[in-house]
Amino acid sequence: MLVYVLRRMLYTVPIAIGVSLVCFALIHLAPGDPLSSIIPEGASPETVAQIRTAYGFDRPLPVQYLKWLGHVVTGDFGTSIMTRRPVLSEVLPAIANTLTLAAAAVIFGFLLGCIFGVVSGYVAGTPTDRAVTAVSITGVSIPHYWLGMVLIVIFAVNLNLLPATGMGEGGSGSFGFGWDSLQYLILPALTLSVIPAGIIARSVRGTVAEVRKQDYMQTLYAKGLPGRRVFVHVVKNALPAVLAVMGLQLAQLLGGSILVETVFSWPGTGFLLNNAIFTRDLPMLQGTILVLAMFFVLINLLVDILQTAVDPRIKRA
Amino acid sequence: MSQTSLATAGSVAPVKGKRPVTRSFWRNVLRRLLQDRFTMVCFGVLMLIILAAIFAPLIAPHDPYRTSMARRLIAPGDARYWLGTDELGRDLLSRLIYGGRLSLFTGFTPVLLATLIGGALGIIAGYVGGAVNMLIMRVIDVFYAFPSVLLAVAISGVLGAGIGNTILSLTLVFIPPVARVAESVATQMRAQDFVEAARATGAANWRIVTAHVVPNVTGPILSYASSLISVSIVLASGLSFLGLGITPPEPEWGLMLNTLRQAIYVAPLNAVIPGAMIFITSMCFNLMSDGLRSAMDVKQ
Repeated sequence: MLVYVLRRMLYTVPIAIGVSLVCFALIHLAPGDPLSSIIPEGASPETVAQIRTAYGFDRPLPVQYLKWLGHVVTGDFGTSIMTRRPVLSEVLPAIANTLTLAAAAVIFGFLLGCIFGVVSGYVAGTPTDRAVTAVSITGVSIPHYWLGMVLIVIFAVNLNLLPATGMGEGGSGSFGFGWDSLQYLILPALTLSVIPAGIIARSVRGTVAEVRKQDYMQTLYAKGLPGRRVFVHVVKNALPAVLAVMGLQLAQLLGGSILVETVFSWPGTGFLLNNAIFTRDLPMLQGTILVLAMFFVLINLLVDILQTAVDPRIKRA
Repeated sequence: MSQTSLATAGSVAPVKGKRPVTRSFWRNVLRRLLQDRFTMVCFGVLMLIILAAIFAPLIAPHDPYRTSMARRLIAPGDARYWLGTDELGRDLLSRLIYGGRLSLFTGFTPVLLATLIGGALGIIAGYVGGAVNMLIMRVIDVFYAFPSVLLAVAISGVLGAGIGNTILSLTLVFIPPVARVAESVATQMRAQDFVEAARATGAANWRIVTAHVVPNVTGPILSYASSLISVSIVLASGLSFLGLGITPPEPEWGLMLNTLRQAIYVAPLNAVIPGAMIFITSMCFNLMSDGLRSAMDVKQ
């Protein structure tokens, strides 16, 4: 087990390096000069050359990459072109907001998905099963940015029950566990939870139905075990497969929140990314993507390890 | 995502009478699909949307580009403008019909390209194996290490808005998962006895790949790719919704949703209509993909 964990962690290193390479390359993919938004109009060639040297853009690409990587490893993600503040000081609070939203969505989505999945897995083939399946396919197919707008129309515009956008008066600084704050979280979290709920429901349903078809289920019932004790066995056997899907969905939520944050003006990474794109703030763009992708890599690592821990059958030598 | 066929499970009609066992796999799949009423309904709805998009100039009741300040945000149900008008007074129904062209095109093309490129990469990696597999699959792993929406937004954001960039970024997002599916099947094929036998009789690699590997990989790839279409349509429109995809004044469902968003308090119904089109299309593609997977599941 320990050997596997170490190997898996070691394997993450080249992935992380690859991810950093892609983030670095993004800036150079951009059409036009990445410095065009800094260089003042009508600047003399000398000034341009000076700025290029100051940002290190005159060096060969591999040297630039290594220098950049060296800074990143020490937590220096550069300076935002727009706000002139260190990128990391903008990204960290945004990440916290995104994680708040993602956590709430995870609770909604995983709970709904598991309940739906287990119910239809138990009654596989019946009309109830088909109804639940239809609901979960709806969840997978729905454009969540549109669902967000529909929810705003229903709950904010028509019923006037919940706030439409934002995080409340104090912004993210005073966000807490009171209703004052949480009411802002409900609609975006619900919106974000629909896709994972649908996907998890489908995979739980499939796994549960599969487990219940196994011979040992017959044995458990035959020896007179009550239904809830049998259920424990179902859960135990379905868990590893379901965990893998959940982990992937949790990680996808980080990316999926970009659209939902835009709809609800939620000041998270998606909001930040969007701003960075439209102001062509490349260091900010690069930093946000890098941090998010690293989170993603980390979550995948944790899920893999957790999966091996709950299922001793997985021997990945 | 290993999802079993769910929606149509149980609704597949049992095989009647005696049929020749030599009937080809794909003909069987097609026959099962034709018998699956639910899938056929979805197919019908999709054909309707696609045909409307193709013949848009003949069907659309109004010019989708003509603006009018006097007719702004007319509510749906109007006698002349059935689905109302948008924030610039353009007829919504006409724009939805025309919008299908770009929305379907930007949704479908990336899946097609990714299936071809990802499939080829996966087959090469799986069949050749060794260092080539290492190289291809590790690069794929890196792109797989990004959440799909994030990668699409990042590439589109850096390259700028436009149809070409949207298709490029979505293609890059879909290549890794397709390549993984193809690689895993191709790797299994390599060890099969009939492939060994072909090699022993002196068949060239090219011949083995085209005669044995490709036909066996096609099923799993097609089944997977069909499930990507709905994701792609939602994502492509999502990019336009963010202002990273199609540029105004072209009619496109995601972009329409984006520009109408400002009117959400004034004309909520108008604002959400384009999203319903994205939803219906994506739903139908999803259900059809499920039907296809059921039909291909020989065990049933």
